[in-house]
Amino acid sequence: MFGCGVYGFITRKNMIAILISLELMLNAVDINFAVFNRYLFPGQFEGMIFTIFAIAIAAAETALAIAIIVNIYRVAKNIDIRDLNKMKF
Amino acid sequence: MESLGSIILYVIVALSIIVFSILAVTTRRILRAATYLLFVLFATAAVYFMIGYQFLGAMQIAVYAGGILVLFVFAILLTSKPGKQAEQLTAHRRHLGLLAAVAGVAACGFALVTFNRFCGLAMPEATPLDMEKIGTMLLGTGKYQYLLPFEAVSVLLLACIIGGIVVARRDKDNDKK
Repeated sequence: MFGCGVYGFITRKNMIAILISLELMLNAVDINFAVFNRYLFPGQFEGMIFTIFAIAIAAAETALAIAIIVNIYRVAKNIDIRDLNKMKF
Repeated sequence: MESLGSIILYVIVALSIIVFSILAVTTRRILRAATYLLFVLFATAAVYFMIGYQFLGAMQIAVYAGGILVLFVFAILLTSKPGKQAEQLTAHRRHLGLLAAVAGVAACGFALVTFNRFCGLAMPEATPLDMEKIGTMLLGTGKYQYLLPFEAVSVLLLACIIGGIVVARRDKDNDKK
């Protein structure tokens, strides 16, 4: 799953597809946190707490990234990263 | 020992995670990629439920499947024409991506194999995980308690809300034109 995310992150042109790949990677890491916590240290819950914080931060990051993408689309009418080589300055 | 049914369920969930995540990054239509991502997120929640972290599974469904996916679908519909397909990738790009992915999988597999303690380990007995314990862990100030990160996340979310509004706001100059 993480490998899929990395593959998509590098190969995709569309910004939203890249964001989807990023979510895949974050999910893979979350699963790893929770499962290793469950198997190796079943009495403690640090992995679970880390997963909770990771989910919260991922939500924040996704919302902000989508706001930026929508704004870029409004300016450039285009969200392919290969074509976006120009910034404001 | 685990029953046969739970093993079968685990295999189904794991296979669906793998298949749908591959589909999500290889499909040419962006809306389908979002749908496959939804399936992957549900399967992840199923994994959490299976290892006994019910709270985590519920949170996964509520935040990811409920919140983030809706954001994705809105953004896709706002920014791309329906039915438009992504063009074919160049071979160079694809090889680079495949190389990075295989390298990552190999590194993870190597770490798992060399970490002998994990091999052949049965699932430890489930300790009951009630909401009261999660609550005291999140809001306590002692050792292994996480009040400070909790508050930091709340500030981060606030900053994210304000930042989202500022970024997505329309300029007044553009409105006048």
